[in-house]
Amino acid sequence: MEPLLKVEGLKLYFRTTKGIVQAVDGVGFELMPRTAMVVVGESGCGKTSLARAILRLLPKNVHTYSGKIYLDGQDVMQLNDEQFRRQIRWQKISYVAQAAMNALNPVIKVGFQVAEPLLIHKRMKREEAMRRVVEAFQIVGVPTDFVDRYPFELSGGMRQRVVIAMALVTNPQLVILDEPTSALDVLTQANIMNSLKGIKQEFDLTYILITHDISTSSELALEAMVMYAGQIVELGKAGHFYLEPLHPYSQKLMSSVPTLREDKELDFIPGQPPSLINPPKGCRFAPRCPKRFSACDQEPPMVEYKDGRKIKCHLYA
Amino acid sequence: MEDRVLLAVKDLHKWFELRKWGFIHVGFVRAVDGVDFDIHYGEAVTFVGESGCGKSTLARTMLGLYQPTKGEILFQGKRLQKLGRWYRSQVGYVQQDPYGALPPFMNVRRILLEPLVINHWGTRAERERRIREVLEEVKLTPVDDFIAKFPHMLSGGQQQRLVIARAIVMNPKLLVADEPVSMLDASVRVEILKLLDSVQKAHNLGVAYITHDLSTVRYFSERIFVMYAAKIVEKAPVKELIRNPLHPYTQALLDAIADPDPENAHKMREVPPGEPPSLLHPPSGCRFHPRCKHAIEGLCDREVPPEFEPTPGHFVSCWLHK
Repeated sequence: MEPLLKVEGLKLYFRTTKGIVQAVDGVGFELMPRTAMVVVGESGCGKTSLARAILRLLPKNVHTYSGKIYLDGQDVMQLNDEQFRRQIRWQKISYVAQAAMNALNPVIKVGFQVAEPLLIHKRMKREEAMRRVVEAFQIVGVPTDFVDRYPFELSGGMRQRVVIAMALVTNPQLVILDEPTSALDVLTQANIMNSLKGIKQEFDLTYILITHDISTSSELALEAMVMYAGQIVELGKAGHFYLEPLHPYSQKLMSSVPTLREDKELDFIPGQPPSLINPPKGCRFAPRCPKRFSACDQEPPMVEYKDGRKIKCHLYA
Repeated sequence: MEDRVLLAVKDLHKWFELRKWGFIHVGFVRAVDGVDFDIHYGEAVTFVGESGCGKSTLARTMLGLYQPTKGEILFQGKRLQKLGRWYRSQVGYVQQDPYGALPPFMNVRRILLEPLVINHWGTRAERERRIREVLEEVKLTPVDDFIAKFPHMLSGGQQQRLVIARAIVMNPKLLVADEPVSMLDASVRVEILKLLDSVQKAHNLGVAYITHDLSTVRYFSERIFVMYAAKIVEKAPVKELIRNPLHPYTQALLDAIADPDPENAHKMREVPPGEPPSLLHPPSGCRFHPRCKHAIEGLCDREVPPEFEPTPGHFVSCWLHK
């Protein structure tokens, strides 16, 4: 089977007054259709920048934007910005941005806001678009009479569902969800995760889920990617990652996750992720790594482990 | 037994009046509606509940920032209203958003000096010594590197350490921590919880830890109070509550929490329908009955359940456990 999304050597650097920020530094992965990949890592390790690089939602201070992105076999990096906007964004890939539920326009009815991608990207007539919006509301579990409400009349969970409806309304193949439940209560969170699971089954969708909440991410994830300082450090099946993480960073990350049912000693990672302006030479995790040794001064290779996982660590070379 | 009690809260109500155009009475938002509990000396208790269930109002009332509408709070056996400003030095407050809680124009020394000056504590040299001592304690070390910094120069975890330092600088007996880790990264969260734990043990502090995240609770406190729609529905020791939740709401809350397990992706989770009720017009009887799958018609929707004690030390307000 052909991968839906194939990324090779993707780089996204930003220019700032202090220097060049290497937010995404040589990321490559493949994503099969109908899977869900979770991207985890601490804040500031480039998760959101990766999403924005895939969607080409770039700010003005971009220094480098290079690499290859194939969507359904099509090399989308060859498209110019206008073609990308018309053919890819919201047609094939849609995006639920971080805290998007708080970014709804307060003076426009939510139904019309959800219809906007249809009017802009699909050039639909307004009546037809509103019919689609009602369908999308049913899919994500928002009462259909909410189309005429304003955002402040909705609870947080409902607003988040509206934002998800906005991403689904154009029938994309790939949905990138950036922290879709992080500001919500546990029950609402579980509810939205249930809806996302159901929608994925029903519409053969593919998800990329960006989060720092590892427990909740296990609700959706089939594949897992661990990012650290702009690079992938572990990539493989979610089952392997949750049960037996291999990279020392993944191990530390997992051991800092509080669990409800199982008694375990919690751990934390001392120090902070490095600045991406001048990342450490060699392995970027080495300064915080409990297992570092002499070889860690050199850039570690991407090693394929026996279960098919890819690990960027000298320990497995 | 009584002398073990640091803070006693009895039938506490805090209602906010809602007015239209500033003068037409619309009703009361019952943010805290009849809450009873004790916090013992050196005990950490947790309040768990969803947003809008009155946790933060309860915290602010415990701190003396709100006047209760009805009921009373006793600190070491004395009514809060009588204690006045002195009480403020006996209770520390750890806010949710450290950056918002720290004045951006003050440096670390000034932030920690403020409570000491206001309470006329010690001489100038003693104050300086106390500030350094507290910074050591929250591990903002080496102290000389941090003492002149401003909040924006600190990372989120360091800011929260500073907030904790400020809360304990007056040597309080009680600490109220309102979602102290929810704004922090997962890896830093554990670090801050461990710090709170060591501070609590070192000073034998009573701690009211307010959170919506049940999974961190077992690492920190001894008893849990579960809140739903302005009331406490269940009180129990942590391990007992996790092993044997009695109230249907607590059960739903525990069921909704995922542990990192790849099997989760292949099954749906059972979640009660609907959303928490409006506190302006709370449902009659048990406030959870419209969402409860065990609701008994004619009882749960009419009569407010009193507190039952099915096993010693485990209290639940639910008719199922009569």
